[in-house]
Amino acid sequence: MIHINQVSKQYPGAAHYAVQDLSLEISEGEIYGLLGPNGAGKTTLISMLCGLLKPDRGTISLNGHTYRQNASKIKQIIGVVPQEYALYPMLTAYENLQYFGAMYGIKGADLRSKIEGELAYLGLEKFAHKKIKTFSGGMKRRVNLIAGILHEPTVLFLDEPTVGVDVQSKNVIIEHLKNLNQRGTTIIYTSHHLIEAEDFCSHLSILDHGKIIISGSPKALIQQMPAANNLEDVFISLTGAALRDHV
Amino acid sequence: MYKLWKSTYKELLLLSRDFGGLLVLFIMPLALIITITLIQDSSFKQLNNAKIPILLVDLDQGNVAQEIIKNFEAAKSYQLLTELEGQILTESTAKNAVLSGDYQMAIVIPPQLSSDLEKKVTQNVNQILSEFGLEEENSVFETVEAKQIKLYFDPALQLAFKNGVMSGIDQMIAKLESKYIYEAFQEELATDDEQANPLLSEGNFVSFVEIDPLEGKREAIPNSTQHNVPAWTLFAIFFIVIPLSINMVKEKNQGTFVRLRTNPVSYLTVLGGKTITYVLVSFVQFLLMLAVGVYVLPLFGLPGLAIGSNFMVLCLVAIFAGFAAVGFGLLLGTLASTPEQSAPFGATAVVIMAAIGGVWVPVFMMPKLMQTLSNISPMNWGLEAFYDVFLRQAGIVEVLPEIGLLFLFFLITLTLAVVFDKKRSLV
Repeated sequence: MIHINQVSKQYPGAAHYAVQDLSLEISEGEIYGLLGPNGAGKTTLISMLCGLLKPDRGTISLNGHTYRQNASKIKQIIGVVPQEYALYPMLTAYENLQYFGAMYGIKGADLRSKIEGELAYLGLEKFAHKKIKTFSGGMKRRVNLIAGILHEPTVLFLDEPTVGVDVQSKNVIIEHLKNLNQRGTTIIYTSHHLIEAEDFCSHLSILDHGKIIISGSPKALIQQMPAANNLEDVFISLTGAALRDHV
Repeated sequence: MYKLWKSTYKELLLLSRDFGGLLVLFIMPLALIITITLIQDSSFKQLNNAKIPILLVDLDQGNVAQEIIKNFEAAKSYQLLTELEGQILTESTAKNAVLSGDYQMAIVIPPQLSSDLEKKVTQNVNQILSEFGLEEENSVFETVEAKQIKLYFDPALQLAFKNGVMSGIDQMIAKLESKYIYEAFQEELATDDEQANPLLSEGNFVSFVEIDPLEGKREAIPNSTQHNVPAWTLFAIFFIVIPLSINMVKEKNQGTFVRLRTNPVSYLTVLGGKTITYVLVSFVQFLLMLAVGVYVLPLFGLPGLAIGSNFMVLCLVAIFAGFAAVGFGLLLGTLASTPEQSAPFGATAVVIMAAIGGVWVPVFMMPKLMQTLSNISPMNWGLEAFYDVFLRQAGIVEVLPEIGLLFLFFLITLTLAVVFDKKRSLV
């Protein structure tokens, strides 16, 4: 489904590669986690997968299409839920979704029923006609998710979809994503919540310094390290305990 | 088409929810046009009706001073003061009063100016006549020193006013000199009958008459409103650059632009929605400003705007001026990363375009270089098209070159915006 072949990206002026000679295969129907400390290259990789950044080297193909050859085809089948809210604060939740749904060519009654269904599923039907600027962080997160899935994408990219939300919102979001996956959507997901990732992902890779340092199912990764009780232990033992702040 | 319509609808919704933005877009241009027209008109009226006090120190007490006083009084715009607080003016008190800014100017007429001028003229005439053998050749002339009329101006006074007054006084003296010369000749030639001497007849040989080139065709005589409304309307239309570019920068910062980049919609469609919305806004601005010109300005005692018969052509010019302004705003919004970049740059650029375009100072009064530069200002193209319609009763064919240039400017800026975005988006 997704083939990443020897992909590298270095930002202008940066001393090191953000992503270096990275290769990865993601199969259809997977929930694939991209984990790593700050600056590991997760967001750069997901940005390249979404078509927001062009790799310096290497190729990325989704369903046999590359951005160079057929960007519009890829954009039709992918959904993106960015880390920032990416909504118009002065528009209502309904108006935001109407606009982003329309950008995928969804029209009329079909668009209305999809919006209403998703808002109801995520407990937002009462707030459909309220402006986004009045929403709490958790509510915005849920609308942000709906805006990325209204068109029922084949591949869904999620950049930290549950950051800064309460447990209730997080549970609803994760449940909904699992549902989507069961209906056939392949999910690529980045997060710092390792417990959430351990439960949610069918497969994952841990990145550091722009490279994949380990890949496998969460269970397999934990089993590979006898001293590890959970994914967090695996993560710390591979990436170290030192702080990774950088500018 | 569906995506373009939805993008336009979204922009209209966003605008309708931004009360401050709407105020800026619609009320501020109206305030601008009323204020500017009132100021310009009141300055004009002030020059015509109010009297500017001028200090006169008359050390001559002769004909020249009388002539100057007579001419200034005839001009009706000046009030000549020869004393301040009951004290007869001296050169030093007049000078201090002007330097302190209490008065705009002072004229000091030197002693014996009239008698010395008369003496000098008589000497010159006698000399000329003696060369023709009509006067004794060995006449001895008394030396007459050159005289200076001193003018003190307030340093804050505008150069145009200074030059106008100096040229006026110069003309008065020249006229007086001529009069003395004729009188001296008349005296020397012993002709008492003024009628017999055509040189001394009253009135100018050459006079001016203004002919209206559009007589019979014009429906309204151009007035200050007719000149001001088109210029400031255009200026206001171009100010749309600021809210539009800020709108785009905001979208980048909100992350909605990033989301749109991952959606199957072209940047051109996104910009298309903005273009339709903001051209519509600029057209509504234009209609409101016309309405102000027609209905509101007369309430302030200003002349009303006469629209004439080519309303549709005016609308067309406004729409294409709107396109040019929106194109510039889209380019600026694409290039800028923060409102702090887009707003000051946009405002300054519009002011420069207005200055170059002839909104404040007519192009023909500019230095040669600026006159050449004015040809590249879209504001100049729009202004010329508006003046063509408002003041020269031009039809659509006559304004086609200007609206063509305005649309070309829109296409170029739009293309640059798309190219820059493509380079930046990197995919």
